[in-house]
Amino acid sequence: MFMLSTFLTVALKGADVPTTAEDTLDATLRFESVDKHFANGTTALTGLELSIAPGEFVAVVGPSGCGKSTLLRLASGLDAATGGTVHAPVDSVGYVFQDPTLLPWRTVLANVELPAELAGTPKAERRERALDALRLVGLEGFEKQLPGQLSGGMRMRASLARALMTRPSLFLLDEPFGALDEMTRLRMQEELQRIYADTGFAALFITHSVTEAVFLARRVVVMSARPGRITASFDVPFPHPRPAQLRYDPGFGRIAGEVSAALRGGLQ
Amino acid sequence: MSADITARADTAVPTAEATRAEPVRPVRRRRVRYAALLTPLGSLGAALGVWYAVSYLLLSPARRFLVPPPQQVLTVSFLDWTHLQPMLQALSLTAQVALVGLFIACALGVTAAVLMSRARWLERSLYPYAVILQTVPILAIVPLVGLWFGFGFTSRVVVCVLIALFPMISNTLFGIQSVDRAHHDLFTLQRASRWARLRKLELPAALPSVFTGLRTSSGLSVIGAIVGDMFFKQGEPGIGTLLDVYRSRLQSEDLFAAIILASLFGVTVFALFTLVARLAVGSWHASADRP
Repeated sequence: MFMLSTFLTVALKGADVPTTAEDTLDATLRFESVDKHFANGTTALTGLELSIAPGEFVAVVGPSGCGKSTLLRLASGLDAATGGTVHAPVDSVGYVFQDPTLLPWRTVLANVELPAELAGTPKAERRERALDALRLVGLEGFEKQLPGQLSGGMRMRASLARALMTRPSLFLLDEPFGALDEMTRLRMQEELQRIYADTGFAALFITHSVTEAVFLARRVVVMSARPGRITASFDVPFPHPRPAQLRYDPGFGRIAGEVSAALRGGLQ
Repeated sequence: MSADITARADTAVPTAEATRAEPVRPVRRRRVRYAALLTPLGSLGAALGVWYAVSYLLLSPARRFLVPPPQQVLTVSFLDWTHLQPMLQALSLTAQVALVGLFIACALGVTAAVLMSRARWLERSLYPYAVILQTVPILAIVPLVGLWFGFGFTSRVVVCVLIALFPMISNTLFGIQSVDRAHHDLFTLQRASRWARLRKLELPAALPSVFTGLRTSSGLSVIGAIVGDMFFKQGEPGIGTLLDVYRSRLQSEDLFAAIILASLFGVTVFALFTLVARLAVGSWHASADRP
């Protein structure tokens, strides 16, 4: 359970109704009729409602430029909403960017340690946690390497480990596997859902791959093109951990087909 | 013509021999090592040739002092300790001036760039003066420098600083401002202090640019030191002072030798900082590979 105090209201603008304690405790992340307009006049999100329960893995699919990434920037507090309210455990967020965004002059270990280092965690403790996180993502033995010496998949693993370091209650992942080749991508999906099954964080996973979304998430949410709204939501009932062969299961195919149809409907 | 075509048609017929799989030899860009040494040596030879030609063919013996032939420069200046010794002594003084000037320019430049990167208004109010410093001809301010700082060591260093400062400022500022936005987000998410952001993100990320600036400034600082020698002649002579003395006494062999020594010094300093840059950031940044 999270302390109520860790829930910071990211954006207060436009929020007149204070939420009750029960509501807030229910969800790890909650968007209440959230709008986001940019200074150049584009509207990224309008009246967005989304709630993620503790330990729930939600994937968001949508066409490019529908404001999916904006969702994460609002949830993490990197950006403020122009209307509505975002409730998020902003002190307990792990953010995985589109690119691995490792600092090229730091070793893998030093990169993974960075969040704890910035938070002022004692050296011995952060070293231990970093080594744990690296073991979890399968990067043992690569601690002393520089990011430039690693493959794209391994760099993404290091990036995951860095986000895991903070032991977040909420994971925000912004198309983390988008730049990887197909084989690496499938393997990373399997790894991620294994880690999820092991650690049980809540996650908001942005992707434009329907099968990726269905394979990873307990719930798949479809967003419409700009301005972004949620047009459909599908529960994915398969229990975690999920085997790789699940992708060829008829039930899996049916859900993927429905999500795909909803996505196409939103494009028209 | 037709014979040529038939010949080609013949070779095009696939035979069992031609279609058999062969171990593939990797296609690699051949790097001919000795060529890397041979070409500069060749150009050096050509340059010496031109030098000889000018000395012996173009100039009459009476005017040969304008371009003394290479072997004369060698015997009269380089191989004669009484000539070479004062030159080396002067060069070491000039080197001190250049390095002290470079060190100050580096410290001032990085500090100024960091300050400018902290606030837009600081950049707007300081950067124009850095540009002016760069565009004002150094010879125009030399008399003023002499009035303010005297005509000795201090003024020589000041000239070095003035001439070497701008590349340090502009390169460091560029490096700090080019930090990846996602990296900044990463630090923002962790509520990093401005100090932590500077020390752990902006300065390391700017390091390759700082070294680019340092290499440019090191060359400029050598020029500044020699210019300083020529104008501020109090105290021990620098190599620039000697150049002026040799010119006035028509000691053209010594003049040539001093010019060569000064150039070699400039090249050495540049090579030194290229090496330092490679050691410092070469493991993670490609810019250090370029000479």
